[in-house]
Amino acid sequence: MSAGQLPRWADLGLIPLLNLTAAFLVSGLVVLIIGENPIEVVQILLWGSLGFGEGIGFTLFYATNFIFTGLAVAVAFHAGLFNIGGEGQAYVGGLGVAAACLMLDSLVPWWVTLPFVILGSAAAGAAWAFIPAWLQAKRGSHVVITTIMFNFIAASMMVYLLVNVIGKEGSMQPETRTFEDGGRLPMLNDIFPFFDFGTAPVNLSLILALLAAFGVWLLIWRTRLGYAIRTLGANATAAVYAGISPARIIIITMMISGGLAGMMAINEIMGSQHRLLIEFVSGYGFVGIAVALMGRGHPVGIVLAAILFGMLYQGGAELAFEIPAVTRDMILVIQGLVILFAGALEYMFRPALIRIFTFARTPASAAPAAATK
Amino acid sequence: MFETLILILDSTVRLSTPLLLACLAGLYSERSGVVDIGLEGKMLGAAFGAACVAYLTANAWLGLAAGISVAIGLSLIHGFASITNRGNQIVSGVAINFLAAGLTALLGQAWFGQGGRTPSLPDGGRFREITLPFADSVASVPVLGPIYSGLLSGHNILVYGAFLAVPFTWWVLFRTRFGLRLRAVGENPAAVDTAGISVTFLRYRAVIICGVLCGMAGAYLAIAQSSGFIKDMTAGKGFIALAALIFAKWKPVNAMFACLLFGFLDAVAIRLQGQSIPGVGEVPVQVFQALPYVLTVILLAGFIGKAIPPKASGIPYLKERT
Repeated sequence: MSAGQLPRWADLGLIPLLNLTAAFLVSGLVVLIIGENPIEVVQILLWGSLGFGEGIGFTLFYATNFIFTGLAVAVAFHAGLFNIGGEGQAYVGGLGVAAACLMLDSLVPWWVTLPFVILGSAAAGAAWAFIPAWLQAKRGSHVVITTIMFNFIAASMMVYLLVNVIGKEGSMQPETRTFEDGGRLPMLNDIFPFFDFGTAPVNLSLILALLAAFGVWLLIWRTRLGYAIRTLGANATAAVYAGISPARIIIITMMISGGLAGMMAINEIMGSQHRLLIEFVSGYGFVGIAVALMGRGHPVGIVLAAILFGMLYQGGAELAFEIPAVTRDMILVIQGLVILFAGALEYMFRPALIRIFTFARTPASAAPAAATK
Repeated sequence: MFETLILILDSTVRLSTPLLLACLAGLYSERSGVVDIGLEGKMLGAAFGAACVAYLTANAWLGLAAGISVAIGLSLIHGFASITNRGNQIVSGVAINFLAAGLTALLGQAWFGQGGRTPSLPDGGRFREITLPFADSVASVPVLGPIYSGLLSGHNILVYGAFLAVPFTWWVLFRTRFGLRLRAVGENPAAVDTAGISVTFLRYRAVIICGVLCGMAGAYLAIAQSSGFIKDMTAGKGFIALAALIFAKWKPVNAMFACLLFGFLDAVAIRLQGQSIPGVGEVPVQVFQALPYVLTVILLAGFIGKAIPPKASGIPYLKERT
């Protein structure tokens, strides 16, 4: 392959930038086709997501979800696994949050509940990822297909549970009862009174998400397990010769990934909704794929990409309000284009860039090459 | 009892048709070594294209052509990413699903302003049921009469097309030169390349056939089964088709039976909603909804036979140069 022919900054900076630019240019074209002005759309997007306190609050609230799901996808990526099941794992993670909150909310304050909620959501998400992981590790069933199947199984199971088992009695809505104060995370507004986020539900989970991002960085680049994960992802055969058991690493990685996805439910359920309800994940698990690709699997990149997608979600809501023709579905289009250009067409601009760089370099390097001959 | 059975089987046929078309679509693509989890998106895009054109022209055939064109367009994006650019095929499939979901709803709202759905189709814009010859006159014959007039007759042309596509696909795959090469390129592209046949061109043709069949599946949903496009109307059918494809171990005749089985589960679920089965009690409808996925996972786990995908599927082909 032609790796190494480009300077490092071009590989890590220029190519992702070109890919993103292409994605946003095509999005602009879509806006033009609908008959709206792309520049106006960008202005409303920026103002809606960053222009005032409440907008920033919502942006950060959405970003919290995306940090968790993005990290989930990225951890699996490092082991060469594609976890499309973030959606289902986050959904089932909600069960863990609800279980802890429903049991403890009227007995203890929130900070006692929180550790149980973290454990519960991570365990539930990890458990949901365990079966596909085990099947991949031991039976060779492709993890992509099984995690897709498990998303649908999760959806059916959660509807069943919420309607028939844990739903509030006498209510038509498939949801649990509302949590008491012990099952509610404090809003950032209450912790830091000098921020004014208005009614935005941005809460303590944001700090948790940032800690998780730091934790993932530590795990992947500073621990023995992380080394094993990266080795497996880079070359499974070499990993075996290095004494790494692929089956073990696959299962552990997928469970970490599932656990991170499950923790997304903390933000939605304990932080904002204060009750478990159907379809609260509403696609955030899938956004994680775009976020992880855009952030190139690095926690810093993921946090930045998550904020960008948070802006798109919040700005998109403003946009639908200001320009009714541009509905929130525009976000799906942008998401699809980002996944397409930053993921599937990752190397599209590479050959052209290599040609440009080689051409630019030739006069300078030709002389020493001739001299050493 | 017999009447009920005929009714359930009749709706089984209706519900399996889009699954079958999408499943065969995936079969061509995956047999050539291009994994396709974008079936869902292609169906959705096709359904939207078909509904738009059928509404504007009041011609179902033009609607079908539009649906097929949209699906081929999305297929070519997938092909460009995964064959030409050797990108990750799964990532590309995910992207296509998002693009289709977003664009159909967005354009639908911008063009028709009805919350993402298209207006109800005019008269000629929809494929109508075809009554097979003598269906009415033999309806009174016991057993065979209802089977002929109730089950076999009275479907639209895409239903018959889908089921005819099964033997046709079998013939193409196992009895033609193109089929042999298609299967070979999914197992060992290097060997095909050595024989002087273009891997790229073969795979592009497979992806285009996949688009045609997905287009038919989408058109069936929008302008045959219902009268117009509804936001997210595929509702996971593309993924069920993918499950069926694995369940069928990438074989056309098996694919038909897998789709009929999953369609049957769907039909039973609709039929049994809120009713109780004697001896079992009321079975929650979610059990039937989850069953296709559960069965596929069990199959994938190798507990009922083994599903082995084409050997080169998912791996981009790179001609060695050095």
